Amino acid sequence: MTAYIVRRLLSMAPVMAVVAVFVFLLLHLAPGDPAAIIAGDNATPANIEQIRKALGLDEPLWKQFLLWIGSLARGDLGRSMFWNDSVTTLIGQRAEPTIALACATLLVAVVIAITLGVVAAARAGTFGDRLVMAFAVVGFSVPVFVVGYLLIFVFAIQLRWLPVQGYTPLAEGILPWLRNLVLPSIALGLAYVALIARITRATMLDVLAEDYMRTARAKGVAPRPMLLKHALKNAAVPIVTVIGIGVALLIGGVVITETVFNIPGIGRLVVDAIARRDYPIIQGVIIMFSGIYVLVNLVVDLSYTLLDPRIRY
Amino acid sequence: MASLVATIHVRPGLSARLWTFARRNPTIVLGGALLTAMAAIALVAPMIAGDPRLMTPTNRLRTPSAEHWFGTDNLGRDVFSRSVYGARISLVVGLSVAIVSIIAGLAVGLAAGYYRRLDGFVMRIMDGMMAIPAILLAIALVSLNRASIWIVIVAIAIPEVPRVVRLVRSVVLTTREQPFIEAAIGGGSRNLKIILRHILPSTIAPLIVQATYITASAILIEAALSFLGAGVPPEIPTWGNMIASSRLFLASAPWTIFFPGAALALVILAVNLMGDGLRDRLDPRLARRM
Repeated sequence: MTAYIVRRLLSMAPVMAVVAVFVFLLLHLAPGDPAAIIAGDNATPANIEQIRKALGLDEPLWKQFLLWIGSLARGDLGRSMFWNDSVTTLIGQRAEPTIALACATLLVAVVIAITLGVVAAARAGTFGDRLVMAFAVVGFSVPVFVVGYLLIFVFAIQLRWLPVQGYTPLAEGILPWLRNLVLPSIALGLAYVALIARITRATMLDVLAEDYMRTARAKGVAPRPMLLKHALKNAAVPIVTVIGIGVALLIGGVVITETVFNIPGIGRLVVDAIARRDYPIIQGVIIMFSGIYVLVNLVVDLSYTLLDPRIRY
Repeated sequence: MASLVATIHVRPGLSARLWTFARRNPTIVLGGALLTAMAAIALVAPMIAGDPRLMTPTNRLRTPSAEHWFGTDNLGRDVFSRSVYGARISLVVGLSVAIVSIIAGLAVGLAAGYYRRLDGFVMRIMDGMMAIPAILLAIALVSLNRASIWIVIVAIAIPEVPRVVRLVRSVVLTTREQPFIEAAIGGGSRNLKIILRHILPSTIAPLIVQATYITASAILIEAALSFLGAGVPPEIPTWGNMIASSRLFLASAPWTIFFPGAALALVILAVNLMGDGLRDRLDPRLARRM
């Protein structure tokens, strides 16, 4: 098992190398002079020259690439052009709200989605099942920011139950922290819940049709343990796979959710960087989020052995 | 008597056959009808809607009325006109992204699946591309170029390509083991002919399904890019930038956000419904599971 983990960790390297090359090429193969584009329309030639120097764009391409890969390997994502600070420092400063939002959403969404999926599969064909399926299609179709503004309008502006926007650090108390996270988590999690609920229902239906489920029913296993122990355990692998793949939804959604709810996290860092053409930040955050995505899916792969003892490495 | 026999054997009329199709495939018909209606509205936009850019400062943030069906925004622009014109961008971007990414993915996928020496290398690149979050990749591409609808289309299409490549490759891998491919090779067909005549056709059904899902996701990402200020030039009305420019007026003029938001959700829902329906018809292996 240890050997397998090491091998899989090593297999991350080529994937991340492709990501790094791709992100590097984005800047350098863009038509026109990247320094001029980053400088914007009102730049003087001196500004452009300064940006060229700051980003090392005056060096030959191969040298720029080696420097970029070298600093990446050391965990250095470059320096922001607007904030006189390194990108890793900026990401570190903005990490708490993003981690809080992502983890809260992940946790709540997975629990709700699996419950919905199991209940729908257990009552396949009934009104409740159709309701869950309809929710899954609609929930997957409404954009994060539309749900977000709808939630703000109803629960914050009309009913005044929850704060409109903003973020309270965890250090200032759990309750205010939670109150600020409720609406953003629902907005961000909706599509994710829809996706997982749908896969859970489909996989559960497959498992429920197996012979051993009929045997379990025949020997009188009560419905609830039968669903949870016999069926859900056997349906776990595809469900966990989708939870991992769906993290891409969360990562993209975080950027938008933080803008809608004015949360000062990593997503906002990127959105502010677009307007300022602060390219090192955009590059750095892409690399980091891609790394997280790859890592999450590696953990998912490794979890298969725990979920299904038949899978051995 | 002869004429009577003839009428008995005639096929059911067109309307009867359409009705049967609609009853068996409610999602395709519902999604298709919604989408056709949206496309028609987008097409005849100049006839049914006024100038979406006309600002009337005396008419700011008016509630929906007979004159302004969806009200007006903070610059006194007609929200109905802007929503109607916004449909054009969403539909054009959605369709173009599907076409571009399917063509690119098909070419790469056919090559990778058929020429085994290419496979490992190409698929590692695709793995890397799939690790990059689509919205962030699109943001990076758009922010490095002058805003235009073409850049937006290319930027959204690129992250979709690896998904198409994977799908095409998997179809090629199963198809190339079939006896008729062996027969074609034995018969001396050239590689290109085998790929185009014998393998390409089996990719079409799954690609149609995939194309609808790509369209839905492209419309979603275009709206998100416009919302974040990294989309088409801001003077072109899109549902995304309408919502972005009205967000400060959510409390006082919610209609400025809800109408474009509802239009957006409706179009994506329509495309997704069509995709589900088409998948059920064209891809029975998946249909049973979902």
